[in-house]
Amino acid sequence: MALILDCCRWLESTAVSVGIRESVWTYPIIESVHVLGLSLFMGLLLLWDLRLVGFTLRKIPVSRMWRGLFPWISFGAVIMIASGVLLFWSDPVRFYGNVFFRVKVVGLALALANAMAFHFGIERSLVQWDTQSPPPPAARVAGAASIALWAAIIVVGRLVAYNWFKPLI
Amino acid sequence: MAPWFLWLEKSWLGTSVNGSTWAFAAIEAGHLLALAVLGAGVFLVNLRLLGFGLRGEKVQDLARAARPWLLGGLLAVTVTGVPLLSSLALNKYYVNPAFWWKMYFFIAAILFTFFVQQPLAMGDERRSSSALGKAVGAITMILWAGVGVMGRGIGFY
Repeated sequence: MALILDCCRWLESTAVSVGIRESVWTYPIIESVHVLGLSLFMGLLLLWDLRLVGFTLRKIPVSRMWRGLFPWISFGAVIMIASGVLLFWSDPVRFYGNVFFRVKVVGLALALANAMAFHFGIERSLVQWDTQSPPPPAARVAGAASIALWAAIIVVGRLVAYNWFKPLI
Repeated sequence: MAPWFLWLEKSWLGTSVNGSTWAFAAIEAGHLLALAVLGAGVFLVNLRLLGFGLRGEKVQDLARAARPWLLGGLLAVTVTGVPLLSSLALNKYYVNPAFWWKMYFFIAAILFTFFVQQPLAMGDERRSSSALGKAVGAITMILWAGVGVMGRGIGFY
């Protein structure tokens, strides 16, 4: 862990970090982009997950839904990651020590693991259940887990702004 | 308007939210969750109007499927937004230009969505798939984006 902290200290001393921290407008602009990206990424991901659960757009085959939404969910993800990295970069030591930030990182890892489990699991037999209503239990569970995880990520993500607890460093 | 804002700030709701350490943060987190739901209702239809996303589906079908999320999202942002506003209605929001811009964008986005975008999306498919549909989709998204940007701006004034 000391190595991560050293990396954060070094990041904090870089010109990009100092630049974002000292500028009046850069941080608010990046954060606005992060919030707009949230609406796009989470909004479309929510529809995709709800389709997997079998709650909405049931008449559209799952594969067609994915083809239509995938470019935009990916675009949203790129916006979220790029703006998120810059926000972290602006104050890495504070984020590193923030308990909510750590929970958020764990949440992101779990959401990624869930997506991978879906991709290498039930998705492999997608041709067999593309139009099946409701979708198979494994797909419904993956969709529901994704909604729950991302909702938790949004909530702890907002709480990162608060320094309620002693930094974990 | 100032007396109403003062009344809201002094109300049970305002003093409760303002007096609590956790309430504002928790409601704010709920406000962001609501934003994701609203995003589902807004982006599905407007991307399609622009010729992106679920291009194989009829605009009308998507608009119908998106409506519960649009209405649910609007309800949720309002239900979470009012207690946030009440916490310091007069001293923080009334005096904040970003708050007023957010409200102007919010009202414009709602009016445009329900009086222009929804009738177009629910109407003739050739019309909603034309250049007019693209323009309406773009304007709707810009108006909603304005709400988001100004909303974030409130915290920085």
